[in-house]
Amino acid sequence: MNMIQAINSAMDVCMERDDGVTVLGEDVGYFGGVFRATAGLQKKYGKNRVFDAPINECGIIGVSIGMAAYGLRPVPEIQFADYIYPGMDQLISEAARLRYRSAGDFTCPITVRSPFGGGIFGGQTHSQSPEGIFTHVSGLKTVIPSNPYDAKGLLIAAIEDPDPVLFFEPKRIYNGPFDGHYDRPVQPWSKHDSSEVPEGYYNVPLGKAAVVRAGEAVTVLCYGTMVHVALGVAQESGVDAEIIDLRTLVPLDIETIAASVEKTGRCVIVHEATRTSGFGAELSAQVQERCFHHLEAPIERVTGWDTPYPHSLEWAYFPGPVRLGQALKRVMKD
Amino acid sequence: MADEPGRNLRSLSLHVPEPKYRPGDTVSFDDMEFPAAGSVARPDIAADPATLRDYPFTLIRVLDPDGQAVGEWNPRLEPDRIRAILRAMMLTCAFDDRMFRAQRQGKTSFYMKCTGEEAIAVSQAMALDRDDMCFPSYRQQGLLIARDWPLIDMMCQIYSNAGDRLKGRQLPIMYSSKEAGFFSISGNLGTQYPQAVGWAMASAAKGDTRIAASWVGEGTTAEGDFHAACTFASVFRAPVVLNIVNNQWAISSFAGFAGGESTTFAARGLGYGIAALRVDGNDALAVYAATEWAAERARSNHGPTLIEHFTYRVEAHSTSDDPSAYRPADEGLHFPLGDPIERLKQHLIRIGEWDDASHEALQAEVTAQVRDAGKEAEKLGTLSGTAFNHGFETSFEDVFAEMPPHLREQMGQSLEERRVAGV
Repeated sequence: MNMIQAINSAMDVCMERDDGVTVLGEDVGYFGGVFRATAGLQKKYGKNRVFDAPINECGIIGVSIGMAAYGLRPVPEIQFADYIYPGMDQLISEAARLRYRSAGDFTCPITVRSPFGGGIFGGQTHSQSPEGIFTHVSGLKTVIPSNPYDAKGLLIAAIEDPDPVLFFEPKRIYNGPFDGHYDRPVQPWSKHDSSEVPEGYYNVPLGKAAVVRAGEAVTVLCYGTMVHVALGVAQESGVDAEIIDLRTLVPLDIETIAASVEKTGRCVIVHEATRTSGFGAELSAQVQERCFHHLEAPIERVTGWDTPYPHSLEWAYFPGPVRLGQALKRVMKD
Repeated sequence: MADEPGRNLRSLSLHVPEPKYRPGDTVSFDDMEFPAAGSVARPDIAADPATLRDYPFTLIRVLDPDGQAVGEWNPRLEPDRIRAILRAMMLTCAFDDRMFRAQRQGKTSFYMKCTGEEAIAVSQAMALDRDDMCFPSYRQQGLLIARDWPLIDMMCQIYSNAGDRLKGRQLPIMYSSKEAGFFSISGNLGTQYPQAVGWAMASAAKGDTRIAASWVGEGTTAEGDFHAACTFASVFRAPVVLNIVNNQWAISSFAGFAGGESTTFAARGLGYGIAALRVDGNDALAVYAATEWAAERARSNHGPTLIEHFTYRVEAHSTSDDPSAYRPADEGLHFPLGDPIERLKQHLIRIGEWDDASHEALQAEVTAQVRDAGKEAEKLGTLSGTAFNHGFETSFEDVFAEMPPHLREQMGQSLEERRVAGV
């Protein structure tokens, strides 16, 4: 399975098991979504459980909260993460705080799915990585898979979670892993180990990071597309990097991160989102708080620049192998 | 620029609305024209919205100036039912008075009265089924009171005391009770509108029989959420009653700033193809009838109804507001639709089902009921006296169903900091 098929399978499995699971969003019904993530679900589960929504993110998230209050488990799709902003008040002020402000009287088990990230020539309106904005909000969980197996398992866990979850899907790797070399052919998931996805039910628990490559020299913290860039760079550079795929940004598996940095003594953080106040800043602060006495070099951040995502110059924005490779060399110097 | 040589174009000008009266002005509402009670026909609940286009521009009224209930919208309620509505309205008023005083006495931080608007929440609660779900704004305390929700529970929330089911987290009056069909109130305006539509859609999708209702003020119709809700309600024919309480003032902004100068608020429904009614919000029977019509319509799968309740906010927006700074102090007295409690009292007397002595006795009864509940609630603490009676660590609960490690760590840190500081 590629990642889209895995995500589709996760929703299928959840809808089969729980008739409260309801999918809504722009184009998700008859057509199956612009990325085909919901293909076939309406035909299988009917229009009462899988339906198109007006182009209105505030409404999509707002009605999902109401549906959750009724007792359903809505899985709204925001077609591109760049379009989530009109729904932000509903997410931040309502979904995230409903359990708290009602002291558990009302809860909000919704899973907002949205493709995010660049590298597909999407320009500044189809390439953003807004995860840092949401990790700042108390009451929301933020999940980002990096391969089909995790995508299915994490999405099932997210849908089953009793709290609101943002599930950001790295669309650059929907069809196959991407090592950051945009000028060479990409292998599809079907020719990759991580494409082995079981048909039925399983889950990957939220809040647990994965060490995707063991190493002794430096810890690389990453998620989504950047996991594959980091793996490629480690291979090319020969640096003995330990690569950690965070999988869940909130709650964060700081134990796994700290154990690794204490071992390696060095840390490079890589994400596609803009730098200032990005999630890398939070990671950097937490690593410093916990591992200061183990650090042998300053923590490095490799991120998108603090500019909008430029269409024709997207590879200058994208934190690819050149920039990550140089950062690894810098931290290894000290 | 327009005054540059060689240009001969008319300058544009910006219209910034102004209310008719400011403090010191003489108030007159003589220019307001209302249709006579009983003059508006009651359409079939299955009517196509396209045939209802006049309704947003008139005013449904049942009680005439003599207190008679007239016309097709007369809900023909049994006297006991009318007395129950009157009682709940008077109880709401008495509750408001006591809680307002409690705020002035420093027992809580904040309060909001609904004086002049009692008919809306109370009559609507009576017209809806007990298990219909309400998504209120902050001036519908009458919903809980009409549903016989314990006053003491509401007071404990206002005092953030040991009996507050919300653990002292919410601003006073932001009640929440799933059991009472009363959704948690948000301070962000209009957010509950699409949520109510979503609840109604879920109910419809599941083949349930329950409907949803929601309330916003006229000022909130300017929020995007209002329009999101109308779009979804219309598209999915959600079984929902969407109420706009037009009390003329959104804090100090008069209704003109929400577009009230250009058209009526009920007319917002026209563009969405939603059946829309405009009703005398100070006429408890008209409010009941319109709500009953809308609820029946929703229950019969004919879709949503938007109701504008035309009323007046007699008191300040909240205890933090000073309306004398922006409107004439006597404006409310001149408002031509009268006081809803007085009008219903007059009606009951007119039909021989009430008298002044009974009214005085009921007033004494509801005042005593509120006083007794107040004393009981205060035994559990007030905000000024026992602010932390839920335990500081409870503020870390309910962020998530299960407390994640970072919150456990922060809770431990906060407890340790307080231990070291001796607090």
